[in-house]
Amino acid sequence: MTDRDELRAAVAAGVLGSEDAYRELLRSIVEVARGIFRAQASSIFLHDEETDELVFEAIAGAGSETLVGHRFPSSTGIAGWVLVTRQPLVLENVAESPHFARDVATGTGYVPKGLMAVPLLHGERALGVLEVLDRPTDARFTLEEMELLGLFANEAAIALDLLRSARRAKAALEGAGDVAVVARIAAALEKLEGERREAGLRLLGALEEVLEAEKPGAL
Amino acid sequence: MAHARAAEQPAEVPAWSLPAAARERISLPATWPERVTREWALGESTGKGVRVCVLDSGVDADHPLVGELEGAVVVTVGEDGATEVVEDTQGDVSGHGTACSGILRTLAPDCRLFSVRVLGAGAIGSGPVLLAGLRWAVESGFDIVNMSLSTTKRDFAPTLHDLADQAYFRRTMLVASAHNMPVESYPWRFASVLSVGSHGGTDPLEYYYNPDPPVEFFARGLDIEVAWAGGGTVRSSGNSFATPHLAGICALVLAKHPELTPFQLKSVLYLTAANVGDAA
Repeated sequence: MTDRDELRAAVAAGVLGSEDAYRELLRSIVEVARGIFRAQASSIFLHDEETDELVFEAIAGAGSETLVGHRFPSSTGIAGWVLVTRQPLVLENVAESPHFARDVATGTGYVPKGLMAVPLLHGERALGVLEVLDRPTDARFTLEEMELLGLFANEAAIALDLLRSARRAKAALEGAGDVAVVARIAAALEKLEGERREAGLRLLGALEEVLEAEKPGAL
Repeated sequence: MAHARAAEQPAEVPAWSLPAAARERISLPATWPERVTREWALGESTGKGVRVCVLDSGVDADHPLVGELEGAVVVTVGEDGATEVVEDTQGDVSGHGTACSGILRTLAPDCRLFSVRVLGAGAIGSGPVLLAGLRWAVESGFDIVNMSLSTTKRDFAPTLHDLADQAYFRRTMLVASAHNMPVESYPWRFASVLSVGSHGGTDPLEYYYNPDPPVEFFARGLDIEVAWAGGGTVRSSGNSFATPHLAGICALVLAKHPELTPFQLKSVLYLTAANVGDAA
């Protein structure tokens, strides 16, 4: 992300308080996914690139009170496999597998009978994983459900990307670097009204002219 | 072994052009029947002797549905970021590699299975690990490499493309899962790779040719009972399970017709697909 992008995102976050809004959007997506698939639970994991871990970011249904923020390895288990390989996976009757029970229980304490997991892809990046746990097993899984899962994943990936941008922007606003100073000025300016706002904008316009004039080749 | 087949070619074969006097030297016996049937292609085959590499999360060698695992390696990353291929004693870190191996063993019971683990070292840096694992598999001359995985990183695409072409000309068939989401990912999109999507049927030996690529073939990918690490089975769906089905079918064909190049193997699969010609 360039400084200019960072600044633009910082202003957006500072003015709109977008992080909370995007978290709401993620929660809404997992609630809808749970409802559409008539499942017991649904979760979104964000890949934390600082620590190379997967983090529970939004949960609907079982575990929703306690698991947000819970972390686990990024390239093992089901979610790790899906994140790294970029491939969706649907598993049922998994409680009968001792390895699987241990694997999932380590992460959540909740052992589902079945799960669908799909990578959240945005451009080249795998931002995280969407899981839907315990859909009814009275009906055989279909290709149509796989398509639907992919559609949800696209939506969740966009929301997750917005959340990441908002967090980076917040970090930029709260930071101490040059960009943070400019971002704070921009955010403060957005809050001004009337003549003070006009004066602030004129001041920044004048500063811009000075900076443009110092560019090599400028008059 | 692919290496051996390549090495057996006469040394004088013209590489870049074909002088008139050289035509006789490259004449090949035409062993294909007038009509290629499934019976000719894979009838009675058990995949005997075909070397299949599972590039995945490792394999649980003790699982009864996997049978004998002839070798297992893992790609590790050193502190300097360099990758290294070493013997793998950890087994399967997710369960998926065991599932693929079980499918391969069911379809081609006498094939020779090997595992190359490219998962477990973290998501960051997984691209170089995948490339190192694939390079090792291609240089080892496996007949088939099962790749139920892909990358979306464009930086890795040129190297993956080179490796896929190397495999193609060394008679190693890369069988890779297609994406069923609208994203750019590799290596399944490359023409030198055999790409696989899912059909909704229940016959493990049923496969379809797709006249509208880039996905070239469809194999069984829904509601399959598969082996899972630690023992037992789970029911599973996804293109990542369709891939070992088609890889297993490739093993059946190559066991009967070891001389086939990837180009010819694709042609045999096309001619014997459930939606092509008489079979349709």
